[in-house]
Order: sequence, then structure tokens, then C-alpha cells
Amino acid sequence: MRIGTLKESYIADAALFDSRTQKTWLGIAAVLLVLFPFVASDYWLYLACLVCINVASATGLNILTGYTGLVSLGQAAFMGLGAYTVAIMQLRLGTPFLLNILAGGCVAMLGGLIVGIPSLRVKGLYLAIATIAASFITHFIFANTSFTGGTGGLTVPPASAFGVLLDTSFRLYWVIVPVTVLMLLGAANLFRTRVGRAFIAIRDRDISAEVLGIPLLRYKLLSFGLSSFYAGVAGGLWAYFFRVVTPESFPLLMSIFFLAAIIVGGMGTILGGILGAVFMTMVPELLKLVFDLLPNSTELTVFLSPVRTIIFGLLIIGFLVFEPHGLAEMWRRIRRFFHLWPFRN
Amino acid sequence: MENTPAGNPKTQPLLSVDGVTLAFGGVKALSGVSFDVAPGSITAVIGPNGAGKTSLFNTISGFYRPNNGSVHFKGQDITRLPAPKRARMGLGRSFQNIALFRGMTVLDNIKLGRHAHLKTNVLDALFYIGRARREEAELRADIEERIIDFLEIDHIRHAPVSALSYGLQKRVEMARALAMQPEILMLDEPVAGMNREETEDMARFILDVRAEWGVTVLMVEHDMGMVMDLSDHVVVLNFGQVIAQGDPAAVQADPEVIRAYLGSGDVGDLRRKLHAATGAV
Amino acid sequence: MDWAYLFEISLTGIAGGGLYALAALAFVMVYKATRVVNIAIGEMLMAGAYLFFTFASMLALPIWLAIPAAVLGAGVLGAVIERTMIRPLLGEPPISVFMVTVGLASVLVGLVEMIWTADQRRLPDFMPTQAIMVGDAFLAPKIFWGAVIAVVFIAAVLLVFRFWRGGVALRATASDQAAAYSMGINVPRVFSLAWVVSAMLAALSGIIVGSIGGISSTMGVFGLSVLVVVIVGGLDSVLGALVGGLFIGLVEALAGAYLGGEYKLLATFIVLVVILMIRPYGLFGTHEIERL
Repeated sequence: MRIGTLKESYIADAALFDSRTQKTWLGIAAVLLVLFPFVASDYWLYLACLVCINVASATGLNILTGYTGLVSLGQAAFMGLGAYTVAIMQLRLGTPFLLNILAGGCVAMLGGLIVGIPSLRVKGLYLAIATIAASFITHFIFANTSFTGGTGGLTVPPASAFGVLLDTSFRLYWVIVPVTVLMLLGAANLFRTRVGRAFIAIRDRDISAEVLGIPLLRYKLLSFGLSSFYAGVAGGLWAYFFRVVTPESFPLLMSIFFLAAIIVGGMGTILGGILGAVFMTMVPELLKLVFDLLPNSTELTVFLSPVRTIIFGLLIIGFLVFEPHGLAEMWRRIRRFFHLWPFRN
Repeated sequence: MENTPAGNPKTQPLLSVDGVTLAFGGVKALSGVSFDVAPGSITAVIGPNGAGKTSLFNTISGFYRPNNGSVHFKGQDITRLPAPKRARMGLGRSFQNIALFRGMTVLDNIKLGRHAHLKTNVLDALFYIGRARREEAELRADIEERIIDFLEIDHIRHAPVSALSYGLQKRVEMARALAMQPEILMLDEPVAGMNREETEDMARFILDVRAEWGVTVLMVEHDMGMVMDLSDHVVVLNFGQVIAQGDPAAVQADPEVIRAYLGSGDVGDLRRKLHAATGAV
Repeated sequence: MDWAYLFEISLTGIAGGGLYALAALAFVMVYKATRVVNIAIGEMLMAGAYLFFTFASMLALPIWLAIPAAVLGAGVLGAVIERTMIRPLLGEPPISVFMVTVGLASVLVGLVEMIWTADQRRLPDFMPTQAIMVGDAFLAPKIFWGAVIAVVFIAAVLLVFRFWRGGVALRATASDQAAAYSMGINVPRVFSLAWVVSAMLAALSGIIVGSIGGISSTMGVFGLSVLVVVIVGGLDSVLGALVGGLFIGLVEALAGAYLGGEYKLLATFIVLVVILMIRPYGLFGTHEIERL
């Protein structure tokens, strides 16, 4: 516990950022976030946007898997639903982008409810299998209906705000970052309330939770619906960012990517979702870098994809075996060390 | 006819179990169990291990559905009512093996008990400012003043429950059960594994809960001292059946009960030994 | 209504279902002994098929040597998997081990893609090629002989479970490890054994499936149908694996013939939804009664 943090009301005690140091760091972070796009190169802007999209989706998965204890391998499928919804609405209806993204979230949430209702009545593992099934089914639908552009997919016209076309990473940054921050805040808020507590109770001991007053099916569906909504919004952002959606854009491997992200980052903490998404987004980039530096780099590029697949799997296994609480826990250890630093002995 | 100190025998019972039978495949956990719990009383359910006491609690809580019979609470038939709704009606519960949620602090575990009575929905929760924040602050104030103070656990309120000693965990369980705003508090072996001092503290809490909160207590207990000193009414189970019920002294003297606990043997001899051990008449 | 055609398709489906049953058996083996849900069952099947490919095609070993070598190699893989990623997670919540198997699936797919590339390959033929005729119905010889092999092994496992002490040991370790330990059962050895046998059965299934349809790095999708099979049959039921396998095989064959190849998986998933709604623990699965 930090010294010198006296609270004078219960509301103050429940605040998200409660100490002066935290508020200062927050202020610095906000300033950095605002300055970043003006100093960063295109590549880093691209990465920043991608990181935020991944953070948003990973946070959604964290709500479901990290906090509620239900494994899902359908995050990519729900992102796909969001992305296609946005693509179709922007292309065919030209509605405002915020509306489209919201609609994308809702469509994905609906998909989540459809998948969740049969599979959440039983043990958690059935949800995982049902989500794998959902991945295949959504892929099937995307690839085989002309409404979704078939195997060729759809090109997404850029979003526009106040007459400005959002067609560069710089411009999209100003939409993606605030949306992501809002989603993070929402998730953090959730766990200060009875809804979040109910989720954790379901993860830790669901049979007792019911006797204590928590309707299990309803809350499991709520968690799944919420995480699908997050995925849908992230998918919508994805569509405006990459401007092309195809049935191959959201493979099962992407769901595994997000699962790895929350495991690596630390399940059950908001910080874990952020750290994990940042880490996992960097992994393919780092790999590309390493491969470029190796001799015979042109011959080795064919190995990039399988090596990436192997690394995702190894990260999941490695962190679960050696550091199940992820990077967030490592970070906490470092912080604790510095808190007590002068008094270490 | 029992004489409950806090309640007219003619008042409608708060909880009424009627001919409940519970079978798992071929095994009968409960067989025609019937008894009433008068409002404001402390009722103890006792019996040898495996007698069906926890199964009885689970049936009343709504975790198991009986094959036969009914359960009435506050005059309402709750036999088919889902467990969360029973909690909302005021059926509070603690568990035999501590069922605290290890991923949360003491305070959060206690707050969870109030879940069924809160109104925050997911949209309120996501935005927090407004109803959620208000509800949480009120909840926190209420818990601090009425429960944490009462059970003397203020020094551990932010501790993760996994770091607590067994005795403290049991107290947090009790706190969570109290947060459920129960009209009837079902305690499953509240002093199991506790030493003399902790047992006395818990006994005091139970009596205070009844006196200050007006809560009716139904408890499963093995500690005969607790049972005899605290309860107004005792129900004895063996092999899923009620073999005796009544006030503590009567039950203690019942030969069937003695036989169930101590096996067959000379009843008079066993009775003498029992009386010598508990110092009762 | 072309009854002869229906009969032919059904026959093919049921025979193909035998293969599902064999792979499902591999899954049930691990679940029965260790309570672990191995989502990488399809990938382990693929690993076995590729091992056989390596021995039979790349190293040009004779078939009678290549098959046992591949199966044994798979057994070693199973032992390594158990020791390195399953055993360390003993005592952790079940979803952790479950997620480890997700990671395992990813690693196996990546390894196959890296070593053997993602191209589809053919396995050398080793089964009799004479067409099998049941009355007027044609049954592809590979499917027939594959089913025969599968049934033989399923029967063998059923008998072993029924009559061997080890079968009881397996079930004991699954339901209560601490109690099994105190009964003198060598729990780690049982765990290893379960994973080794499971990997070998999966490999066998993979070899046969690969012989019929070729092998590729996406073979793991077979595992999806296998997961539905075990849900239908019951996660811990050997009989359920058999019945479920035949049933799903039939359903997929009918869907493929009457609706089109792309509808096979869809039909399987509809079965999944239906069984989850009406009998979530499967036809023969044990419904664990939880204690509060």
C-alpha cells in the first residue's frame, strides 16, 4: 500500500486513479498521446493505431476470459462481424462512421448472444468449441454471400468527419485512440461495480455465485455479449483502418493472437490487456526485423508465417507454465520493489 | 411444543420444509424431511457426518431441486424458484468449505453479497458516474458501518482473501452472508475448525445478529456446546431423515439421537456419559 | 427417392465415422484419465500423419516399418507434451490447461508448415485397392479398410478398459488425484500413459485419414468434428465416442451428398447446437454432480 494516500470519502477511495503520482503519470501520458502523432513517422503512427485496435479487442476478450473465466476462440470472428457491418454500412449507406462502428459492435454482440445461448448453459469449455464453430460459420457466410462481397471481400471507403476524409494513419489516430481509451475506461469502471464483481465470482466459483444471488446464465451472456461488442467495435475500427475486409482477414489464428495477448499481458487486469496487446502487436514486427537482418533473408521469408504461428503458441504455453499472471504481474513486482526501495532491507 | 423466546409459536414459520426427498440416482440424500423455522429463532440442524445436512441446505438454497416435497419461505412456495431469486427474497447463506472468491479482496467479497439487491445495470457500470457510483458509495458506507464494524474485520478490508487465516476467512464469509440483507441466515458449520476463543466470538456474533438485526438463524453445527447454548430448536438428521426435533434438552435426551451419534449400546450409560461431558441436566 | 444412393452414402458415412470414433477415442482417453480437454486433438492427428509421411515417403521405409515408427514417434510426442506442458499445470484451474492445448495446436500447425510446407501431400498407398461392394452399393476400399482398423482398435481399447486393472486406475486418477495417489496408484505414470496412448491412437487415425484424403497443414479441422463427436457421445465415454463418431460420420456424408461439400461442417455444427440444447452432457457422458 502506498504511504501518504489518505482518503476522505468512500467515493474518493473507489476512484480509479487515486494518488497524486498516478494522476501525474496520467497527465504525462495524455500529453504524450497528444504530441505523438506530430513527431512520429508514418510507420510508427500505423503501429500506434494497430496497437490501439488490438488493445480494444484484447480488453474485450479479457473481460470474458480473464475476468469471467470463459475461454473464447471467436474474437476474430466477432471482429469480422463488426468489420463487415461497418464496411457494408459505409459502402452502401454512407452513414456517419460513429454510427457504423456502434452498429458493428451491436451486430457482433448479437452474434455473441446467438453463439452463447446454447453453449453457456453448460460448462465453460463448450463455449470455446462453439466459438471455433462460429469462426467457421462466419467465414462461410462472408465467403459465400454476395451481400458480403463473396471471396473478394469489400473495399471500405474512408470515414469522414466534418468533411475531412479519415484516410491517413494520422487522421485515424484521432478517432482510434479516444475510442480505445473510452473502452478501457468502461472496462475499468465495470469492475468497480456489481456487474464486474459478478463476473469475477463466476470465474472463481460459479456454483456458489448463484446461491449468493447471481443469475449465472444471464451474467455469462452479458460478459460474452460485452466482449463481442468490444470485438465488433475493434473490428469496425479495423475496417476503417485497413479499408479492405475479406473473409480471410479474420482467421482463427487471430483469435489465438488475442488469447495469447491476454495470457502474456496478464488475465484479469486492465493493464494486462494493454501490455499484452502491445507486446503481441510488436512480435510480428520484431520477427520481420529479425528475418531481415539474417543472411539469406529472401529465402527465409517463406518461414515468417509458420514461425509466427509457432511463437504465438509458445508464448501461450510458456506464460501459462512459467508466468501465469503475465507481464502485469512482472510490472507489479518491479513497482513493489521501487515502492519500498529505500527500506528494502 | 417448543417455546421460542423471540416469537409466538402461533406465528407463521419463516421457513417451512415439507416432506422433502432428494435422491441422486439410487442414493437418497434426504427422505421426507419436514420441519419449521420460527421467525427470530435460532434453529440448529445436527446429525452425524453424511446425514444430509448440507444437502438440506443446498435444497433450501435452490442449488438442488427436490424430487418430492416443498420448501416455503415467508409464506411463498420457493421449491421451484431459481436460487438467485431466493437470495433476493432474503435467504442468506454461508458455506461449509469456505466459498470466498479468491480473486477479490475482503471488501469486494462482502459487497458481492449485496448483489441481488443492487440495481446497477451494465450501462450504468460502464459509465460509472451516476447511479453506479452512488450505489457503490452507499453500499460501502452501509457495509463499513453495519458489517465490518460489527464483525471487527476493518483491519483486513483490502486484503486479498487468500492471504487470510482460516478463522478470518470464516468471518468474512459471515460478513458476506450478512451483506445479503437476509431475513434468514443459513450458516453451514460456522465454527468448524475454530479454537475455543474463535468459537466464542462467533457465538457472540450469532446472538448479536439475532438481537440487533432481527435475523433468524438456521445453522448446521457439530459443536454440541454451541448447539445447546444457542439454539431454540434443534432438528436431528440421520441418513437423510429427521429422527428427532424439539428444544435442545429434549433432543439431547432422545435415545434415537444418542444411538445415531454414539452407536447402539446401553442408552442409560451413554446418557450419563453425555451429560457428564456437556454438564447438562 | 434413390434408396440405393442413400444406402451407399450412408454406408460411406458410417464407415468414415469409424475414423471419427478412433480419433474421439484418443480424446476420451486423455479426458478420462486427466480431465484435460485436448483441443489439439486434430493437430495431433495431423502430426501422426506427417510422421508417417516422413518415414514412408521421405525416408522410403517399407510400410510395415513406417506405420509403427510413426505411431511410436507420436507416442514419444505425447509423452513430451504431457511432461512439458500438462504436468506443470497440475492443480491449476482447468481453463489454464485448456488454453495450453490451444497453444499446442498452434505450435503443431506452425511446425508442420515450417518443416513440410503448407502444401497438400499424398501418402503412399498401403491398403488393398479392390472395390468393396455391399450388394449394389460401392464402398471405397480405403474407407472400408480404415473403418475396419478403427473398429479393431476401438474394440481392443474397450476390452482393455473393461478387464484391465489399469482401466480402473485411469478412472480413479481422473476423479480424484490425491485419493488415487494414496491408493498406491502412480499418478504421473498414469498421466503419461494416457497421453502416450492417446497420441498413438490419434496418429493411427491421422494415417488413415491422410491416406484417404491427403495431408495438409489444415488437417486439424478434422479435430473440430471430433470435438462435436465427443460432445455428442459424452466427454468421458468410450462407447459414446463410437456411437457419436458413427453418427457424425453419417450426418456429414448425408450433408455432403445432398447439400454440397461446404455444408458438411455446417451440419455438424447444427448437431452441436441441438445436443447442447437437449443433452449437454452427451448421450453417454456422466453428469458430474457438483457439491456446494
